[in-house]
Amino acid sequence: MNAVFYLLAAITIAGGLAAILLKHLIHAALAVTVAFGGIALLFLQLDAQFVGFAQILVYIGAVAILIVFAILLTHGADLPEKGVFNKGWAAALVIAAAVFAVTGWAVLQSIDAVPQRNAAPVVSMHDVGNALVGRYVLPLEIVGLLLTAATIGAVIVAMHEKERSR
Amino acid sequence: MTAFPSPLVGYLLVAAVLFAIGLAGALIRRNAIIVLISIELMLNSANLNLIAFWRFGPHSSALTGMMFAIFSIAVAAAEAAVGLGLVISIYRHTNTAELDKINRLKG
Repeated sequence: MNAVFYLLAAITIAGGLAAILLKHLIHAALAVTVAFGGIALLFLQLDAQFVGFAQILVYIGAVAILIVFAILLTHGADLPEKGVFNKGWAAALVIAAAVFAVTGWAVLQSIDAVPQRNAAPVVSMHDVGNALVGRYVLPLEIVGLLLTAATIGAVIVAMHEKERSR
Repeated sequence: MTAFPSPLVGYLLVAAVLFAIGLAGALIRRNAIIVLISIELMLNSANLNLIAFWRFGPHSSALTGMMFAIFSIAVAAAEAAVGLGLVISIYRHTNTAELDKINRLKG
C-alpha cells in the first residue's frame, strides 16, 4: 500500500462516479475513459504489464471510440427533457449500496484468509506468448472465432435495412 | 501508509466500489449507452479482482489469472461492439435511445 495506489484508486473511482452522474453523454464517455486508464495503471501497479497495455489498447483505443461513435449516431448529445435518471433511482441506489456492503463485508471478513505474497511475480512476454499458444490455445481460437462473429454480427445488426422494413 | 493489513484487500475494495458504481449506473440511468458503459465498468472491476489474486496468490507462474483477464477483455470488447450496434439499430427504429421509452416488442 503506497501513495501511488491511493492516487490511482481515487482517479479510477472518481472517473467511474463522474461517468454515471454527468448529464452530457460525451462528458460521461470522457469520464469512463479516465476510469479505464486508471484501471490500466492499477494493472501496471500489479506487475501485469501485458494486461495493462492490452487494457489501454482495447478500452481507451477501441471501446471509448466506439462509445463516442454510438453517442453521436443516436443524437445522444442532446439533453433529454425529462432528466437523465429514471423513476426508480432511489431503490437502485439502495440495491447498489447493499451489494457494496455485502462484498465489502466479505472482503474485510477474509483479511486473515487472503494470500499475502509480496515478491513480484517474474513473468516475461515470452512466458505469456508460450501460455497463449500452448496451454490456452483452444480458448484463444474460440476467442478469435467469437470476435469475428461479433464483428460481423454488429455490422449486420447496425446496417440499414431498407428492403425488409415495410 | 499501512491502512490495510494486506495490499490485496485494498485492490479488492477498489474493485467492489467500482462494481457498485457500475451497478448503480446500470440501474439509475435512462440512456442505453450509459447502461452499456456501466456494464463495462463492472467487467473491469472483475478483471481487477482476477489480476489482484494472480499477483498476490500462489502459483503466479501458471499465469491463470492473467489469461482469464485477457480473455475477459476480449469478450468484453465483443460485447461492447454488439451492444452498441443494437443501440444504434433500436434508435433507427424508435428514434430514441432511452430505455423507458422503448416499451414495445414490435418496433
